[in-house]
Order: sequence, then C-alpha cells, then structure tokens
Amino acid sequence: MAEQIEERRAPHTETILDARAVERTLRRMADEIVEANGGTANLVLVGIQRRGVQLADRLVRLIEANDGKPVPRGALDITLYRDDLQTIGPRPVVGSTNLPGEIDGVNVVIVDDVLYTGRTIRAALDELADFGRPARISLAVLIDRGGRELPIQPDVVGKTVAARKGDRVDVLVDEIDGKTGVVLVSAAGR
Amino acid sequence: MSAAAPIGKDLLGLEPLTGDQIRLILDTAEPFKEISERAIKKVPALRGSTVVNLFFENSTRTRISFEFAEKRLSADTVNVAAGGSSVAKGETLVDTARNLEAMRIDMVVIRHGASGAAQFLAERIDSNVINAGDGTHEHPTQGLLDLLTLRDNFGDIAGRKVTLVGDILHSRVARSNIWGLQKLGAEVAVCGPRSLLPNAIDEMGVTVFPHIEDAIEWSDALNVLRLQLERMTAGYIPSLREYNRVFGVTRERLDAAQRDVLIMHPGPMNRGVEIDSDVADGPHSVILNQVTNGVAVRMAVLYLLAGGRPELAEAAKGGAA
Repeated sequence: MAEQIEERRAPHTETILDARAVERTLRRMADEIVEANGGTANLVLVGIQRRGVQLADRLVRLIEANDGKPVPRGALDITLYRDDLQTIGPRPVVGSTNLPGEIDGVNVVIVDDVLYTGRTIRAALDELADFGRPARISLAVLIDRGGRELPIQPDVVGKTVAARKGDRVDVLVDEIDGKTGVVLVSAAGR
Repeated sequence: MSAAAPIGKDLLGLEPLTGDQIRLILDTAEPFKEISERAIKKVPALRGSTVVNLFFENSTRTRISFEFAEKRLSADTVNVAAGGSSVAKGETLVDTARNLEAMRIDMVVIRHGASGAAQFLAERIDSNVINAGDGTHEHPTQGLLDLLTLRDNFGDIAGRKVTLVGDILHSRVARSNIWGLQKLGAEVAVCGPRSLLPNAIDEMGVTVFPHIEDAIEWSDALNVLRLQLERMTAGYIPSLREYNRVFGVTRERLDAAQRDVLIMHPGPMNRGVEIDSDVADGPHSVILNQVTNGVAVRMAVLYLLAGGRPELAEAAKGGAA
C-alpha cells in the first residue's frame, strides 16, 4: 500500500488560458457568433448553469460593445433533463432557468464552458424544445476537450484541448471563482 | 451513497430530518416554482417512474397537488381511493401495497387515518414512501410548503415568531410545522382552547397563548388551522360561534395589533369560524401562495427521493461530465 502511494504522482495542474487569454478568446468567439448568425438581429445567447451563464454574459457585453445593439440573454439549468437520474440519483438543482421571452423563430446560441461527452448539450436541446421552436440553435463553447459520447459538435470553439479520460478541465470565472482562467488538472497516478 | 439518497428512502415526517435536509428540500423547491410558470409545464426528470397515490382518507387539495407535481415531473401516476378499491373488501394495508409493488411501482404517496401508517408501509416495501398525512401524527409536505411560504416572505426563518392557532391536538399539520420551524430556528407558539391542546404541549418547546390577542401581538405569522367541525359534536368546544368569538382571527383583532402579521391557513377554510373572510382575502394573506408552493415542494420531494441506484453510480461516474 505504501509503495503504491509513493509511485503515484500528484495531480498535475497546468494553466491553459490565463485571464487575458480568456478575454482575447471570448472577443474572437463574439465576432464568430455574430458572423455565423448574420448579425445581431434575432440573436439570443443562452448560458448553461453554472459557468456558461457568466460566459454568455461576457459574450453579450462584447457583442453589444461592438454592435451597439442590445442582445437578449438567458440561463438554462439542465439538471432535470439529465439522463442519469436513475443511475446516479438526484443532483442538487443549482440554478434557475430563465429565458428572455419567446424563442420561436430566433437564433439561439447555447453557451457552455467545457464540451465533453455532449450529454449536457443533448439535455439543453431537449429543454429548449419544450420552450419553443427556434429558427436555429448553435453551440459556442470556451473549451472543447474531446471525448464525445453523442453526435454533437460545437459551431464556435474558444480552444481545443486534448484531455484524457480522468483529467479535469476547470473553467474559472470571476463571478464564482474570484478569478478568470482555464486549468487542466491531469489525473493522478500516471 | 449520500448523493443518491440526500433525504433518505422515504419522507415520513419532519421530525426525523435535520435542518440541513429541510433546507435542501426548500432550496430544491425554488427552481421547481418556475416550471409551473412555463407554457409547457413539464420536465422529464421522473420519466418512466410510476407513482401510486394511495388515499385512505378523503383529500382534494393534497391529492391534486401531488398529482400535479408528479405529472410535471413526467412520472406515470395511478390514484387509488380506498372507497372504491379492494380496501373496502377488507384487504390489509400491507397486502394492498405488496400487490401494487408486484406491478413494479417506484413510489407510494400515502394518506391514512392511522398515525404511523406511512412508516409501517415504508418498513415493508422497497418503493419510496411519502407521507401525505397519517392520523394525528405528521403531514410533512404541508409543513414544508408552510416553511417555503414563510421563507418567501421573510427571507430567513430563523428568529421569526410563528403561532399555530386552533386545534393543535388533532392536527398533523401542527406537528410537522412545530418540528420544521424549530429545526430552522424559528420561535413557535400555539394558541387555542385548552381542550384542543395536547397534554404534553409544554414538552414541545413552544409558548402557549391562552388569548388570541396576545398571540397576534407576539407573532410575525399566524398559521390558522382548520377547526374540524366534527370536534364540536365530540364536545371539545361548546359551539362554533363561541369559538369564533374567543379564538377567531378577525380584522378587528389584527387591526388592534400595532404590526402586520402574515396570515396562513392549510385549507380548507371554515370562513367565519377560525378565520374571517376579510382576513383570508386580505392584503397579508398568503393562503393561495401556500397552494402554489405546495406543488413546488412536492416536486422537490419526489425528485430528491427518486432514482439513485448506487451500484450503478460508480460505473456512470467515468462518463459523467
């Protein structure tokens, strides 16, 4: 037992994006979102609880600063649409779902911090369908870490990271974590 | 394991829960309020789960509230009313439940006239059991919706003063309220005719007000309990008119107090007996908010009890993101 512990390496933490790099990345993503949706008319950004909400807020501020027109934004908590309630059991419902008015016929951009298995986005698509029928739904993520278990791909990506199963990619935002950045925490024992 | 069963297998009462568990249920109820405001009032959280509402006593409000909660979580529901079922043919409670369980149900919501019926059932079947009122023991979801309503209005319940008015002796709502309020740090009092207070009321850590005027003066909120009319024929009170004259919550009495008091009532109301109409419909009444909160709180309880097979949790962890 003691030997095993000695052999095991401590978890390795690596900063992928610092605060300034996140800001630069979001600025580029904001431009790509506007371009892909043919302007800001009819555009709605919806962040996924929790950190997707703060990222959507920042993207909206960047788009508004550029275009000078208000862009509605909302928040989506997908906990009740998860497919693992029967196995893992209930998770705390962390946040509210709050969409800015009707979403029929608008261009919805789902914003999340990390795209991994794709199951969260599957749940988000199901939840959005219960609110209406957008003209188009696209997906913007700050980090794509690979490892998909469903046929879901992002339209706008901040940065692609090659993370292995067991690794953790943590996106930190000021509003929740007190600082902004992205870190890769490699699994221990490799 | 604890993640799979945050409040245990069953909800039998508020007495066995910790303050943190009660707060978890109330916190979970918050986002569920919004679901009932949606155009499509439904989320798939309990899709595929079967819930049986087993009501051995009449109930309209509680049964409908549970049924809305179950349906808004996408559960499949079956209602069994004792009158028209095999219960009327003499089947025992446990046989009824075992037969239902043999049909592969997941949860039972039970109301029964005998105190302890929910626990009796919970010890004998694998399904989750929710107590929807057992005799004079507890009515935990009513207690929870009262707590949620108080929290909506006061922010924090700790330190607030709440008086339960009326028939404390026979009231399961009173017991659930007293335990729930005390666990969240509120000060609790009761007010009613001595004949309708339990003998051991002094051991429950509550203040007893013999006069309703004093209770109103002291309280931040009054929870006015329904006077069960059959109590009069049983000799607990001389007459309904006298009860109203001595203990009725009236506009005049509220006006005489120099403070605003929140008015709650678990329903159904006897207007003109325990509560006057202009109080029930007045500006400080939150009686209909209680009804709205009932659905949210029951959704939270169903959600927190549902699912969670720990043996599968480890396997699923690898893919969780």
